[in-house]
Amino acid sequence: MDWGDSTEQAAFRAQVQQFIRERLPEHYRNSEGADSVEETAGWQADRKSDDPVVRAAAKDWADALAEHGWIAPAWPKQYGGAGLSYMEQFIFNAEMAQANAPAVGGMGVSMMGPTLIVHGTEEQRQEHLPRILSGEVAWAQGYSEPGSGSDLASLQTRAVRDGDEWVVNGQKIWTSGAHFADWLFALVRSDPDAPKHRGISFMMIDLKTPGLSLRPIIDMAGKHPFNETFFEDVRVPAKNMVGEENRGWYVGMTLLDFERSGVGLAIQYRRGLYDQLEEMKGKSQPFVRPDLGAVRLEFADRAIEAEILYNFALRIVSMNSRGIVPNYEASVNKMYGSELHQRVARTGTKAWGLYGQVWDPKSAYSPMGSTHVQDYVVSVPHTIFSGSNEIQRNVIATRGLGLPRG
Amino acid sequence: MDLGLTETQELLKNAAREFLENECSETLVREMEEDERGYSPALWQQMAEQGWQGLLIPEAYGGAGFDFMDLTILLEEMGRALVPGPFMPTVLGGAVPIIAAGTEAQKQQYLPKIASGESIFTLALTEPSARFDESGIETRAEVSGTSVTLTGTKLFIADAQVADFMVVAGRSAQGVTLAIVPTRQPGVHVTPLTTIASDKQCEVVLDGAQGELLGADGAGWEILRGVIRRYTVAECAYLVGLAQMDFEITVDYAKERVQFGRPIGSFQAIQHKCADMVTDVDGCRFITYKAAWALATDQPDAEAALAVHMAKAWTSEASRRVVAHGQQIHGGIGYTRDYKIQLFFRRQKRGELAFGDADYHREIVAQRIGL
Ligand SMILES: Cc1cc2nc3c(=O)[nH]c(=O)nc-3n(C[C@H](O)[C@H](O)[C@H](O)COP(=O)(O)OP(=O)(O)OC[C@H]3O[C@@H](n4cnc5c(N)ncnc54)[C@H](O)[C@@H]3O)c2cc1C
Repeated sequence: MDWGDSTEQAAFRAQVQQFIRERLPEHYRNSEGADSVEETAGWQADRKSDDPVVRAAAKDWADALAEHGWIAPAWPKQYGGAGLSYMEQFIFNAEMAQANAPAVGGMGVSMMGPTLIVHGTEEQRQEHLPRILSGEVAWAQGYSEPGSGSDLASLQTRAVRDGDEWVVNGQKIWTSGAHFADWLFALVRSDPDAPKHRGISFMMIDLKTPGLSLRPIIDMAGKHPFNETFFEDVRVPAKNMVGEENRGWYVGMTLLDFERSGVGLAIQYRRGLYDQLEEMKGKSQPFVRPDLGAVRLEFADRAIEAEILYNFALRIVSMNSRGIVPNYEASVNKMYGSELHQRVARTGTKAWGLYGQVWDPKSAYSPMGSTHVQDYVVSVPHTIFSGSNEIQRNVIATRGLGLPRG
Repeated sequence: MDLGLTETQELLKNAAREFLENECSETLVREMEEDERGYSPALWQQMAEQGWQGLLIPEAYGGAGFDFMDLTILLEEMGRALVPGPFMPTVLGGAVPIIAAGTEAQKQQYLPKIASGESIFTLALTEPSARFDESGIETRAEVSGTSVTLTGTKLFIADAQVADFMVVAGRSAQGVTLAIVPTRQPGVHVTPLTTIASDKQCEVVLDGAQGELLGADGAGWEILRGVIRRYTVAECAYLVGLAQMDFEITVDYAKERVQFGRPIGSFQAIQHKCADMVTDVDGCRFITYKAAWALATDQPDAEAALAVHMAKAWTSEASRRVVAHGQQIHGGIGYTRDYKIQLFFRRQKRGELAFGDADYHREIVAQRIGL
């Protein structure tokens, strides 16, 4: 076991660090509470921002990354990616997180592109991949429905074939960033009589298609991150189906072959902690609770736990690099990382005592731009989406440890 | 970067596992709980033939010349098998300080005998104050040339009842000073305690005991710092193996035990505990090896120290969570003497306390990150 960089790894790390130092736009530097690398909707919103400075930053950063193929570091070079190895992706993601630099390209880069690379036709790839990389088209994910959350395969949105088209009716929910996006990838029921996993198809749907409408959902932080998506006789060209008809479940569940260790989160929590400790002695000192002793050991625990998460992440990439497909290990990362996120936010707010509730970042009484209290709220759904933590524990126990299904 | 084992490490691990499955049975572990010596001389000798006591010792002194990562791997396997006896005291408490601070003559005199299994060592560090820091050392050390006369009480000294030598920390006019002290002499009185793990920790009364200086007069704490860090990681490694085995036994049990017409492992309440157990065990393993790596590769002092304190803080607590779940999942059978899971539960507490529990190390982590 080796936690150190090899010579090549150190050189690559230095290259990424230098690039970020030189090219990260001013807007993304030291912006308190900037969206994390993992929350890619941030960049997606920025590219359509009303503020020309923000719009320009989003574009400049995308252009700079594109020079190296680093918008899609994991994609093969032939499709415009950088074709980085797992370990290089790990280093790249770690350094981006260390600098709090936003990833670019959203779900197009992280999900749609890789799905097309594995399952798409050459024509579909040629049509969509370049527009993802240029930032021209942003994607949203339409999987969940009001009646189908954890039990996703029970989904009901119906697609019926009509000549060269599919006609879609039904409803999706929790569609993150659809109001900033141009296209949607969705799972729809194409055969209601087949067993539930075998009657689902995977489709790409232009969000401007007539009959498709969005209704905002406001979250408990008062923001508008997601939507309800309604389909009324939405006509989707048959060429926009990815993979075979009724095989969409397997297309949608493809284990996408790129680095998903979540190292960005481990680095982000660690950096956040040490930043806060600095701030508590500096600018935000007046907000520190008088009985800090009551929570100082919690900080030690969080610092240790951030290392645990980093190790879990490094384990995944170590396995990938050795050609071993992670099994329960990936669920451990998701579960541990999201729970740590909530603990980090909780400990963070606690340090500020009464000031830990001030929500407005511009208030004269706001410690560190209210990052912690906002994160305390924003971290709530992290144990719910991407497979709830209960589901992750089920998966660890059954698929990982071989315990019998309930 | 890579969290897998190298081929040689894999070989060492497999060889150790196979050897211990054959030679260190549950029966032997149980017998040693009742045994006055607390270890099996036959197993001790076999381990020496495997080269284990000498794993860290340079080849020039009869050892194998492996590094601290290798020892960590071996100790994990020993924890898995609950190997009883003075292995850690001898290697971490004897060989490590002598390699670090012994004179050429001392190395030649002691190290080959440790490697061959002839000499058993222990570290006489803690006292009735039960502190792990420098201020806990009050035993008086009078230094005259290279000889040291020691007076005071040492407590919780592992396997002193069978040790041939102790590395004793005393306090001279110059500060903390180490001495190699033969145990079989009139000035040394050893009384074993009865402890939760049924191991052998002793009260050692030093009444003008004679020893020879190890390292310079007053340089003891400097030497001990490195020794304690390694010993602490060694205790973590033993706990990793212990927790891993407790977890494996428990998952197997959950697959077999039937209630309400189905295996209890099909109940989510049990499944989720098992998922948490594997997370904790894996977490222990990597943070322990990270600390071992930091020591083995001489990472900067502050980083290595932080890694060690983090490892013991986490592992002490996480291994306790694991064995607690292990008991709960076993139901009533787990509470019986005859079923094996309790052996792990009781020994976990020893490892948790050794060189400081989670609270102790968490406090130091807090200080080191500036709180
Ligand atoms: C902020 C946010 C963004 C999202 N973005 C998107 C998006 O962009 N696109 C998209 O398609 N979806 C999105 N989702 C939806 C997300 O995938 C679902 O919320 C998730 O799958 C859980 O489904 P649910 O909310 O219906 O909860 P439910 O499935 O109803 O779960 C409720 C509770 O029951 C538990 N539970 C359910 N089944 C089991 C079981 N078998 N064993 C034990 N416990 C169980 C769950 O763990 C949970 O605690 C988003 C959700 C959130 C909160």
